[in-house]
Amino acid sequence: MEKRAAAGDRSARARFTIGILCVLLGLTVLFSLASGASDASAVTVVRDWLFPSLSDGSALSARDRIIVYDIRLPRVILGVLIGAALAVSGAVMQGLFRNPLADPGLVGVSSGAGLGAIVVIVLGGTVLGPVLAIFGIYTLPLAAFFGGLATTLLLYRVATRRGQTSIATMLLAGIALGALTGALSGILVYLADDRQLRDLTFWGLGSLAGATWTKIAAAGPIIVLVLIVSPFLARALNALALGEATANHLGIPVQRFKNVAIVAVAAATGASVAVSGGIGFVGIVVPHLLRLLIGPDNRYLLPASALLGASMLLVADAISRTIVAPAELPIGIITASVGGPFFLWILLRKRGLLDL
Amino acid sequence: MIEARDVSVSIGAKRIISNVDFDMRPGEVAAIVGPNGSGKTTFLRALTGELPYTGSIAINNRDLATLKSWEAAAMRAVLPQATALSFPFTVREIVKLGLLGGRSGALPGEDDRLPDRALSRVDLDGFAGRFYQELSGGEQQRVQLARVLCQVWAPVLDGKPRYLFLDEPVSSLDIKHQLIIMNIARDFARRGGGVVAILHDLNLTAMFADRIFVMHRGRLAAAGSPQDVLSDELISKVFECRLKVGALPAGNVPFVLPQSAGL
Repeated sequence: MEKRAAAGDRSARARFTIGILCVLLGLTVLFSLASGASDASAVTVVRDWLFPSLSDGSALSARDRIIVYDIRLPRVILGVLIGAALAVSGAVMQGLFRNPLADPGLVGVSSGAGLGAIVVIVLGGTVLGPVLAIFGIYTLPLAAFFGGLATTLLLYRVATRRGQTSIATMLLAGIALGALTGALSGILVYLADDRQLRDLTFWGLGSLAGATWTKIAAAGPIIVLVLIVSPFLARALNALALGEATANHLGIPVQRFKNVAIVAVAAATGASVAVSGGIGFVGIVVPHLLRLLIGPDNRYLLPASALLGASMLLVADAISRTIVAPAELPIGIITASVGGPFFLWILLRKRGLLDL
Repeated sequence: MIEARDVSVSIGAKRIISNVDFDMRPGEVAAIVGPNGSGKTTFLRALTGELPYTGSIAINNRDLATLKSWEAAAMRAVLPQATALSFPFTVREIVKLGLLGGRSGALPGEDDRLPDRALSRVDLDGFAGRFYQELSGGEQQRVQLARVLCQVWAPVLDGKPRYLFLDEPVSSLDIKHQLIIMNIARDFARRGGGVVAILHDLNLTAMFADRIFVMHRGRLAAAGSPQDVLSDELISKVFECRLKVGALPAGNVPFVLPQSAGL
């Protein structure tokens, strides 16, 4: 198959890779469902579900069912959603900024989304009470979305001049925005009461622990929507690699496209941050590895990123649950300890990029 | 047909282009020449709809300002001066981007073969599998031209001429490839399309251009056939140094003209 493909055409390899990634995700999902602190057996639960007649109806199988359905399954689904959202929003942002180092976590978009979330957590009981009454469980992801959107728009404004994005400006502006949102978040944390502080700490660590069906209902629809929209961004992102003017000459309505892409990134980041806190580096590591493997064609890169991002986050979550069992390490620590060195490795290989 | 009337362009508070009229017919290669900073690229970017302008520009009697980007993409392709990439695309992947709009004008089912044919025309046979970022500047420029050719493969589509806008297409090329590229442009025009090219080499311009537009300090200094425009007086004034058309170097200093190719 590889031999027949014309030179420089990596689409066959990309499709093959996506197939492998589907299998990989299936395996990690099964593994995550089957493993955990308790000895509950996912096999038993699935068997009982498929063949109710075989069920012995014991209290033990009822306990297993609760553990698998209400603890492990929501956590696995949330892990898949968040992992896919982080990786895809990283890939889209890199395409939008024409820069392999762009990532919502790195350039302050996640901090902006976090600020939105903190506002809701701290002021939700008082000033924002009526808002909470209207939007219910969607208040938190919506606030995070608008926080992320505002940061992304500001960042694009600052870093882009005449259709060219300066990488150095983008990263430095990201630091400034991160500091600013961090300061505002700090003021709010200072105002928080004890119960809110517990919520904030729990949320801020970046973790899939505490995954519930409610959280999935709040963030899931937004993330799924972005994942569905993302393939339609692929062709325009490819054209944008040649610069905004050339993308326009190729027939892409660049301005409209950029608006859609920015909203998509902010939505996916906002929804992820709202339910799982700051889980960093997935958006940089996953697309970068895939570009080495299948090339930068976004038609394949985006779906592959969703699949690999989901798998990687499930694996990271499995490690976070088992490495210090029965306690749990926040997953953000795992992704950062892998992603930090990885990021430095990219920097060392591509130092020239910063001088663009 | 491209008609520009009284076109002016300002960037910020600075006026770059003032009151330029520009006409070209399909079948022609039109060259824009002039010294550095005379506004050639800015004017080309107004013609391609990249910069806001005052005045009017019409392509095939359609007002440029009202064209959607996909409509414009079906009428003309644009080669920028240089294109840097930050992702590792292969040459084939870049050239294929020219087919994005789906209006190459090639026979149905032939689109898949266009990248190879376009690369062959710009003398890049066997380069499809190479990484764009690893090529030399001149090779990158020819890859981009292959992409542009894919976009408007047929010079005439639905009975209407199409156009190539080329910003210094031969600036980083050796003389062999300068001639190859200029012959592609001439061929595109002879088959019914139109070419607008910014050129620096006056000999190459005289050899290939049907019509020359001379820019000077943001204004059109002259327009017409090479015989009409390339006069001692005009080019001395515009380029601000004393030049003589057709004068041979004194003594035995060798000189090589592109016109001598194939003689």
